[in-house]
Amino acid sequence: MNVQVETPEALDVDSEGGFRSGVIRLLGSWRLAGIAIPFLILFIVLSVWSGPFLSTTNLINILDQQCAFLAIAAAGTLVLVAGGLDLSVGAIYGLTAVVSGELAEHHSPFIAIGVALLVGLGVGLVNGMIVAFLKINPLIATLAMSFVIGGVALRVSNNNLIVLSQNSGFYKFANVQLWSIPSAVWIVLVFVVILALLLARTTFGRYVIASGGNAEAARLAGVRVNQIRIITYALSGLAAGLGGVIDTSRLLSAQATGGGPTLTFTVLAGIVVGGTSIAGGEGSVPRTTIGVLFIALIGNGFNLLNINTLYQQIVLGLILLAAVSIDVWARKRRR
Amino acid sequence: MSTGNIEEAPRSAATSSGGDLVVTGVSKRYGGVPALSDVSLTITPGTVHALVGENGAGKSTLGKIISGVISPDEGTMTLGGEHLSFKSPREALAHGIVTIAQELAIVPGLSVAENVYLGVEASTVGFVRRRESRRRFRELAKTVGFELSPDRRAGSLSIADQQKVEIMRALSRNTSIVVMDEPTAALSGNETAALHKIIRSLARDGKSVVLISHFLSEVLALADVITTLRDGHLIRTVDAKDANEESLIEGMLGRSLLTAFPEKATPDEERAIVLEVEHLKAPGVNDCSFVLHESEILGIAGLVGAGRSELARAIFRDSKVSGGTVRLKGTELAGHSPSRSIRRGLVFIPESRKEMGLLVGRSVKENISLSRLDLVSRFGWIAGIRERRKVTELMNAVTVKAASIRTPVSMLSGGNQQKLMFARSVMCSPSVLIADEPTRGVDVGSKRAIYDILTEMAASGMGVVVISSDLEEVLGLAHRVLVMRHGRIITELSGERMNEQAVLAAAFTESSSEGTDS
Repeated sequence: MNVQVETPEALDVDSEGGFRSGVIRLLGSWRLAGIAIPFLILFIVLSVWSGPFLSTTNLINILDQQCAFLAIAAAGTLVLVAGGLDLSVGAIYGLTAVVSGELAEHHSPFIAIGVALLVGLGVGLVNGMIVAFLKINPLIATLAMSFVIGGVALRVSNNNLIVLSQNSGFYKFANVQLWSIPSAVWIVLVFVVILALLLARTTFGRYVIASGGNAEAARLAGVRVNQIRIITYALSGLAAGLGGVIDTSRLLSAQATGGGPTLTFTVLAGIVVGGTSIAGGEGSVPRTTIGVLFIALIGNGFNLLNINTLYQQIVLGLILLAAVSIDVWARKRRR
Repeated sequence: MSTGNIEEAPRSAATSSGGDLVVTGVSKRYGGVPALSDVSLTITPGTVHALVGENGAGKSTLGKIISGVISPDEGTMTLGGEHLSFKSPREALAHGIVTIAQELAIVPGLSVAENVYLGVEASTVGFVRRRESRRRFRELAKTVGFELSPDRRAGSLSIADQQKVEIMRALSRNTSIVVMDEPTAALSGNETAALHKIIRSLARDGKSVVLISHFLSEVLALADVITTLRDGHLIRTVDAKDANEESLIEGMLGRSLLTAFPEKATPDEERAIVLEVEHLKAPGVNDCSFVLHESEILGIAGLVGAGRSELARAIFRDSKVSGGTVRLKGTELAGHSPSRSIRRGLVFIPESRKEMGLLVGRSVKENISLSRLDLVSRFGWIAGIRERRKVTELMNAVTVKAASIRTPVSMLSGGNQQKLMFARSVMCSPSVLIADEPTRGVDVGSKRAIYDILTEMAASGMGVVVISSDLEEVLGLAHRVLVMRHGRIITELSGERMNEQAVLAAAFTESSSEGTDS
């Protein structure tokens, strides 16, 4: 196909555009700065105010505690960018935690880990198919699913706290030290990097962005929107499963109600604070990671500075409002 | 129902603010493209005043200006001597001007009576006086002669009955002028007849009706005065008794040639068939058959709502096809997804690029390569350099002007956005391209560039289908023209017989009640 048309005005592809387009181009990095700068400020403030904060133990401890959140939020970013929402991650986390816990008591750690991950993936797949094929609003669909999953988790564990012994190979999964950093952190790091690249550098990522940005246009351009969305839910389920397994191995205990709404909404807060739009169509996994850690730092800081935790909630709520307001403002500017 | 019977209508004095609606020198532009230029007319109480013209002639724009939906760039309106300047339909409503649009504005969950009195409920300290509402409703229903139960849920009514609800709402608000935009487009024969009766009775009661309609027979039967518009200009205003279908069509014709078209390659009858559509049935498409050859540009003309876009989407396998076959280069397109159609070599450029075509917030690059990312990636990994090179090449080919390939599409002009859709299509190297309204909202310069692109694509062997409401465009580009009406292909025109007169005659002449059987 060779279309040659009059006035083939040479197109200087990398030339600087007008002021407006320059501003818009900055928006991507501007969004990154929007979370990175507050994060750095908070980090410096905490380092100055609280002695124990900057210790390696404390920092690694924060990362270790945030493993599940980071993995789930990374996958949740993809769901949100594709125009969906997954409110069932807390429940899936609880289910996979008790499944892996029950299995680890009597079976090899590989079975416990493998089955739990498959359960997470499977539930995510079901979520995706409900949303895509039954065309139920994702908020309602995954909320309903979270009740179902939560019930199943209670059934699996008979509503008991499962406690494991430290000797099992299962314990090693999350607690082997490599350069004095636990394996849980390494696993999640790899998982998050893969998802980040998946969204930013692959055709799949482009399709995710297109599906959330304008589903109709994406479909007419040949993107299989339903399929893409189902995959994002499956990844979200898998991530919740990974989080459940890691925390069960890390803490050697599991409970059906371990994750719940608190986990779901903390993760969502992290994603939104990271500047991913709840309306879909744009977002970034690295920003989400910073967002989740930002919230974790607030929690850690309040603890170290001995401030009543109720203020922590108030502050988190206000930050969330600010993040969403900025997103709305940025979207309006673009029109 | 001549124009002189205002005084005889007792209601009019009480309900309408009265007097003529005088529109003087009204102009409206959309992004530099004039939609209405220096139009003046007078609407007298007690008359049905029809606005006729081709698609895009400016009749709906004029209707919207009168009803306050949009405000004119220039010109004035007065009602009974009082100067009007509406900032919203609400203000027009306050002056007794009401619109009944094609898209109905009823609340489906409320009852008929509640819809009619929405916002002006009879109430005592906030509590709706239901009995009082119902009594007022019955009175109103009796005067207009509708049989509607006040307690039915409005959402459960037929379109015609919902329209009645809107009309009753209009009448319950001391209306003097009712603007109706294509009121019978969605109605069956009986319902149309009923609505015609209502329109006449409105005029008899001293109200004016501004009737915008595609159906010339309807216009001739109902209107007292007919204004013909063409290209945003008022051609003439005549008494209905002095007009007939021929004279009206003649008035709509004869547009000045604003744009030059690229020279047509001589169609070659011997060329292979690339697209074969047989007895295709889908929502809005009724038993359509046609063939398309290599290097041929086929135009599809027809009025808005004639089923042109629906046909395109059915061929593209984007709507539920209930019967018939589509063969692309001999193989049947049996899939049910656009993605499969694209991979087989059929590409579709939808009519509204912002809603159905583009990811407005994303970059030029991402928008162009979306359909064929496989060409610039390996194992799902996008090769940045290859993508940039390919996109730049395509942008040069279709002359998209953008600051950079990373510029968000929202920053581009309409013409460049549309060219971008072509760049995406070219990247798919299809054997058939269907372009729906390829130059809508595009400036004259870009129009010419798009015509060149379409011609080049055809010259390279592609079969091209151009759907357009711009008749001049269809005739200027196409080797053959299909005219659609009510979901059917009414006629095929080529060679000598392919002219504006023939197309308009085929698209317009049937009566509005024809829609019942389709």
